[in-house]
Amino acid sequence: MSTPTADVVVTGLGATTPLGGDVASTWEALLAGRSGVSRLTDDWAKEFPAQLVARLANDPVQQLDRVRARRLDRSQQVAVIAAEEAWRDAKGADSGVDPLRIAVVFGTGIGGAVTLLDQDDILEQKGPKRVSPFTIPMLMPNGPAAAVGLAVGAKAGVHAPVSACASGAEAIRWGLDLLRFDRADMVVVGGAEACVHPLPMAGFAAMRAMSTRNDEPERASRPFDKGRDGFVLAEGAAALVLERADAAAARGATVYARLAGAGATADGYDLVAPHPEGEGAGRAIAAAIRDAGLTAADIGHVNAHATSTPIGDTAEANAIRHGIGEHPLVTATKSQTGHLLGAAGALESVFTILALRDQVVPATANLDDPDDDPAVQALDIVRREPRKSTFSAALNDSFGFGGHNMALVFTTA
Amino acid sequence: MSSTQEIQAGVAEILEEVAGVTPADATPEKSFTDDLDVDSLSMVEIATAVEDKFGVAIPDDELGNIKTVGDAISYIEKNQG
Repeated sequence: MSTPTADVVVTGLGATTPLGGDVASTWEALLAGRSGVSRLTDDWAKEFPAQLVARLANDPVQQLDRVRARRLDRSQQVAVIAAEEAWRDAKGADSGVDPLRIAVVFGTGIGGAVTLLDQDDILEQKGPKRVSPFTIPMLMPNGPAAAVGLAVGAKAGVHAPVSACASGAEAIRWGLDLLRFDRADMVVVGGAEACVHPLPMAGFAAMRAMSTRNDEPERASRPFDKGRDGFVLAEGAAALVLERADAAAARGATVYARLAGAGATADGYDLVAPHPEGEGAGRAIAAAIRDAGLTAADIGHVNAHATSTPIGDTAEANAIRHGIGEHPLVTATKSQTGHLLGAAGALESVFTILALRDQVVPATANLDDPDDDPAVQALDIVRREPRKSTFSAALNDSFGFGGHNMALVFTTA
Repeated sequence: MSSTQEIQAGVAEILEEVAGVTPADATPEKSFTDDLDVDSLSMVEIATAVEDKFGVAIPDDELGNIKTVGDAISYIEKNQG
């Protein structure tokens, strides 16, 4: 069976991130080179090897009605904030689309871990009768998707891909499929994460995955740099509204970009370590370009997953070099946002779309001394200043623990 | 022992905290589900808060019979102390 083809476009964007409380402020801060990373001042963090986080610029509780906020885990709060911005941006409520034809696909990596852990404290200290009746809906990994589904009134289906740090990108791919298979007319897609808490921090630190450059928070996330020593945990969410191009044109919607193709593969190599040559990642990239009906030469820009871990960045550089070539302008925006885990693919897709719109590639911060790896050396990684360029197609890739590889190709509207 | 007025004010306070109900709306004839939009999970939270405030535990099989603000007030009145 051949893949159904339908032109799918992006008509709305939303985000709440360590750089800003919405898309416009986040994009402005990114281009200005600002960092969202800071050092934890909580008492519990003092003995932690890795004490850096990228906290939200705007407290989500202040952006939501109080009663609504108290029934949502923080990961669900940010999901709703980002999705509602995207929905307003797309004028979804005025679109006249039947709720029976509206779907949601929203991923998360960790889900409601903070609720789980806080309620476990209550269980231990006060007993089972004191555990909140909202515990399960707040901790379930489909919680962000479900909360967004209610917020936009989606009745065609609400789905929650969970593929660690590839979840946000997988949600976008899933949304593309829903539209291609005519299972919905509008889909709100995205990812959300908010798990700054001692346990996830200790777990990632035990894997030696996090940066311990505690004295230099803004310089800690340094993808592709020789001195990189791990990622910085971030929180936030990003959302996109997708619909078929003909329907968007018929209702006069503003189109940001076309979601031209997607590719997904699995490494089949190790539970958490990426294939050192980025074999599975390269196959995902190639699949996405093929799905978009393009060739590698067409890809002018890559927003890399590049989390600032020693192994991951070089594996990805190899995948980009072999899968696309040395010509695209590459950037690693986690250098400023930190790593939003299950929201990363969604946020970086927002950045990829805005780069296409503005014909500018944000700089990779802290890339002072590129890694000696031949692939890193060969790539044209934008640093110091954003770079203006002319390109009509761009790729965003995301990878997750578990060997999940996702690639998405966007083209100009 | 709390007076009926004190109990009504206390229940209104709980409803505001848990469900965002304006205290003036929390009058005895109001139905939790039909008038005040309080869902079943919030009713469980309200029962816990009532126990904290008035020392009156509401068992699950009793909770189902409490349909209105007035039902809650009478239950607390009958079972307090």
